[in-house]
Amino acid sequence: MATKKFKCKVCGYVHEGDKAPDVCPICGAPASDFEEVKSKKGLDTNSNVYTFIYATLLVVVVALVLALTSALLKSQQEENVRLDKKKQILSSLKIDTKSGDPAALYEQYIKSDIVVDEEGNVIDSVGGFDKTSESLVVYVAEIDGQTKYVIPVNGNGLWGPIWGYVSLNDDKNTVYGTYFSHASETPGLGAEIATAHFQQQFEGKKVADAEGVKLSVVKNGKVENPEFQVDGISGGTITSVGVSDMLHRVLSKYTNFLNK
Amino acid sequence: MAKKNKETFLNPIGINNPVTVQVLGICSALAVTAKLEPAIVMGISVTIIVAFANVIISLLRNTIPNRIRIIVQLVVVAALVTVVSEVLKAFAYDVSVQLSVYVGLIITNCILMGRLEAFAMQNGPWESFLDGVGNGLGYAKILVIVGFFRELLGSGALFGFRVIPQCVYDAGYLNNGLMLMPPMALIIVACIIWVQRSKNKDLQEK
Repeated sequence: MATKKFKCKVCGYVHEGDKAPDVCPICGAPASDFEEVKSKKGLDTNSNVYTFIYATLLVVVVALVLALTSALLKSQQEENVRLDKKKQILSSLKIDTKSGDPAALYEQYIKSDIVVDEEGNVIDSVGGFDKTSESLVVYVAEIDGQTKYVIPVNGNGLWGPIWGYVSLNDDKNTVYGTYFSHASETPGLGAEIATAHFQQQFEGKKVADAEGVKLSVVKNGKVENPEFQVDGISGGTITSVGVSDMLHRVLSKYTNFLNK
Repeated sequence: MAKKNKETFLNPIGINNPVTVQVLGICSALAVTAKLEPAIVMGISVTIIVAFANVIISLLRNTIPNRIRIIVQLVVVAALVTVVSEVLKAFAYDVSVQLSVYVGLIITNCILMGRLEAFAMQNGPWESFLDGVGNGLGYAKILVIVGFFRELLGSGALFGFRVIPQCVYDAGYLNNGLMLMPPMALIIVACIIWVQRSKNKDLQEK
């Protein structure tokens, strides 16, 4: 190494020589703004071999860190997801989950999680909680001596999935409460489906009559049949239609169960 | 040296703001500012991630091969964002649900790459940390201002609580639906730039 390298801290110009230049030829910065570039002994950071090894090591280290994080946190995360699901179910039953431990409240109110088929027969009397969304799950709850049925629903909004829970009175036709949530609807518009203001509109509505499922969301101010219809969100039409389609599609599959 | 550090920290919050002066990170300023709350959470998350990415890149800066430095920066940022997102899911589930896609969006925030490339590659870890926090807070400041106006005029609320009384609506006042649309964020950012430039003559082009 005959010469040393000096790098201008202002513009990045690299000067080769025994000492820093008096003035930077690019930006005119004084010699005090230069710092010596110390090259590692025999290590050329620009060589192909070094670049390959560096990239490989970096990727391996990052992969290890991510795998470790994921493995360490997985059980905790799954527990959170289960707890959140319990909160959502309780929320559709109008139970305030902030006041107590959601897991304990769930044990207290939800009596069983049954699985039914499209004919309305009960296939499994327990274990519905961990079933995929393909199965027809019904949560049977008891509040103040009254039996309530909670049906999970899922569908598509404007930007991504939407889902929720509809709880019914023991006549299996009157809505007791609802809960809706979404992955990525527009804040202030479609995302309003997650607000109590929207969800409370469903209370007391009927799900179906002899012709089939009629519970639906219509354009704001266009309710013609208040027994079955609720107001949509102005500016959130596609999300509102998504909720309506979701209710119709999912609840239709339960028709036989609900008519029993 | 202390004075220089102070400048490193304070300049991005005021005179050299990443959003209004360098015009970086505009995309997320549109996406998350329809309401005040996600705007604040996003501001805090970006501050934390810029600060730590700056420190890591600053520690590695002498070993990073020049030709793949952007990729190295990107990998560090992406890994950091993923870890933060996983930790949030495990220990602050409610916050992570609220942030949902926004956490992932932090990777694409131009302020991160801008600060890593322009500052952390040339400076020590402590200066880089201050620079990261300063830039994050400068970004958060603009997000909060934009979020405040958009939520107030668009929904008549702040943090989800209605602040415009019902009698005003009865008198014929309507929420401005345009405020909730992304273009309005650009117009508000432009207004902030306008105010800042008319106050600071240095920023005006001749």
